[in-house]
Amino acid sequence: MNSLTGWEIALQIGIQFTPVWVALAITLAASMYYKDRLGLYGHLFDSRVGITGLIIVLFWAFTAIFADLVATHDALSQIASMKNKKPGTQIRNAADGIYQYYLLGGDNLARDIFSRMVMGSRSVMIIAPAATAFAFMVGITLGLPAGFRGGKFDTSISFLANLVLAFPVILLFFLLVTPEIRATGVPLVLAGVLFLFPIVFFVVLFQSRFYTQPMKRNVYVATTLVLGFWAYSGLAFNADPLGVFYMDPNLLNIFVSVVFVNSPTVFRIVRGLALDIKTRDYVAAAQTRGEGSWYIMLWEILPNARGPLIVDFCLRIGYTTILLGTLGFFGLGVSPESPDWGMTINEGRKLMSIYPHLAIPPAVALMSLVLGLNLLADGLREQSLKD
Amino acid sequence: MWLFLLKRTGLMFITALCLTFVVFFLTNLYPNLEKLAKTEGNMRMTDQQVEQWLDTRGYSQPMLKRYGEWLGVVPSYRYVGADGNERGRCIKPGMDPAIAPNYCGVLQGDFGFSSVFKVDVSTIINKRLGLTGWLMLFVMIVMIPMALLIGVLAGMREGSKLDRSLSSFSIVTTATPEYVSGVVFIVIFASSAVGLRWFKGSATSAMTEITFANFTLPVMTMAFYGMGYVARMTRASMAEVMTAQYIRTARLKGVSFGNIVVKHALRNALIAPFTVIMLQFPWLLTGVVIVETLFNYKGFGWVLVQAASNNDIELLLSCSVVAVIVVLITQLISDIGYVFLNPRIRMS
Repeated sequence: MNSLTGWEIALQIGIQFTPVWVALAITLAASMYYKDRLGLYGHLFDSRVGITGLIIVLFWAFTAIFADLVATHDALSQIASMKNKKPGTQIRNAADGIYQYYLLGGDNLARDIFSRMVMGSRSVMIIAPAATAFAFMVGITLGLPAGFRGGKFDTSISFLANLVLAFPVILLFFLLVTPEIRATGVPLVLAGVLFLFPIVFFVVLFQSRFYTQPMKRNVYVATTLVLGFWAYSGLAFNADPLGVFYMDPNLLNIFVSVVFVNSPTVFRIVRGLALDIKTRDYVAAAQTRGEGSWYIMLWEILPNARGPLIVDFCLRIGYTTILLGTLGFFGLGVSPESPDWGMTINEGRKLMSIYPHLAIPPAVALMSLVLGLNLLADGLREQSLKD
Repeated sequence: MWLFLLKRTGLMFITALCLTFVVFFLTNLYPNLEKLAKTEGNMRMTDQQVEQWLDTRGYSQPMLKRYGEWLGVVPSYRYVGADGNERGRCIKPGMDPAIAPNYCGVLQGDFGFSSVFKVDVSTIINKRLGLTGWLMLFVMIVMIPMALLIGVLAGMREGSKLDRSLSSFSIVTTATPEYVSGVVFIVIFASSAVGLRWFKGSATSAMTEITFANFTLPVMTMAFYGMGYVARMTRASMAEVMTAQYIRTARLKGVSFGNIVVKHALRNALIAPFTVIMLQFPWLLTGVVIVETLFNYKGFGWVLVQAASNNDIELLLSCSVVAVIVVLITQLISDIGYVFLNPRIRMS
């Protein structure tokens, strides 16, 4: 029985992350080389804050991609002798071919904490950006006309948005993310409505741009509709005829709630930006040219609002990550066995005063990811203000 | 001014009505009622028995009518129980049905009966809100001065070393949700593993007597997360004020830097953070729920979790009403306060 010391653990973990380091080095080197041609992303490399943030975010993104290579054990398999063992403990009578140590110790069910932390990054790095992207589609599709046209539509949607915003988030989660509510179909209805927005967004996007070239327009719109409704049927109603798109009902529930909570804020931001930008000269010029209002909204206003929106997108992914963690913390996470960070923290905290190593790795992981996103947003804001 | 107030309050009431109806709808969905019937009646009830149980107790009336009853604008439902006595929401145990009031909803001050704690909901809410009030008070006392101080110090000389380090600190705090910082704090300050043992890892004893040892960690945990956001807003606002013309004039006149910051810039720079602090309240509720669960402090957030996980419909409803009203009132205060503090904004 020889356990690893602190430095050896750090070294071993560093070695385990090799694929991530390689990918990180390649990406950063390539980006530095082509820096001048990459627009806002390239400018990011001029700010120390932005670079730090980018490195942290990329680190977790690559960890999620290479999770199978990085993890030393299966996230769910248990080795009975390793229950609550300290970081760096060697596995007694380890079978051939498996990794000899539990690098960050074993948890209460004798699973490897390091592997669980690594595998946990996967669900976060998929759900958080995807949910944020959906929230942005909803917010943009509703916010642009609300700000640009105003009137009754604006009043009613703004009222609805304020309604959702006045609702304490945690309460909404307790009401929406329960096993009982799935039986009533409320999440399905919400999914049915919210998942329509991306399709509407892209159809309008192509229609407004290419309606003078019917051939091109038909191709784009038709592709969007086919792909969109294919994914829609699978994701929202689990009725995909080919079985490619599928979402676990519990996951769908969480996903929909997170999108629902985020969209009103995005709506408010987009509406404010649209109100501001619609007074600019280039909008007036487009109106004089006789462009349709959707063209102006999506191809004149939206591109010019991209700076603040990209910054908010980064911040919002971080916020969504925190929300997902909160859900996991209250046991409302994806599934009870999954290595979700919030859930692991919640399991670990019960034994915290005796075995602190259970809860710390996922806590630090979650914090560093959110920190990276916040720094990235800060760097982007700094650089986009310079333009 | 009065018209503005009236409009805002009117809108607030409509919002409150809509929100309470949504909560009522979501808590009274059929699966929840079915669960209620089974816990109150018999776990092995058949579907038919469940339906009958709900029928006799008036749970299968239209949703809007039941919402009206709960609100206290529709006479509440009465039925004859198995023992031949008339029963209903308004008829308390041991009360003569003939003299019981017809309306007993939230408007009459009757919040119902908790099916888990077996006490009046209003008693629970009063007691728990008081406990949470203490927590919030201490969080505010710690958080606001620190956040404002950090923000002002960082914003008065934009780009300086002090600014950079304080800004980094506030970014770190905004990236550390309560369930992360709480866990880290407990491990460092309360566990036997590190051995500092300065504070207690549980705040249960703070419910009867607040001491430095049992209340520091929960307060610190909550203040830590909220602080960064307020500090960043203060910094942005302070930095903007410091570039204003009148500050330059003051400098050219030879006013000392300290005097400029304290006497000229500070007041204008604190308008924006005021609204931000008020709007922090809905966020703080999430924090309260997490911190109270983490430190086992049985306040309002703890009750909310209990009500939600035990399907205690009336209690959850009342908790939601309280939460929603707190949020709406803080929004109103922030709107009015903003107008008062900032004379450049016209009321209309």
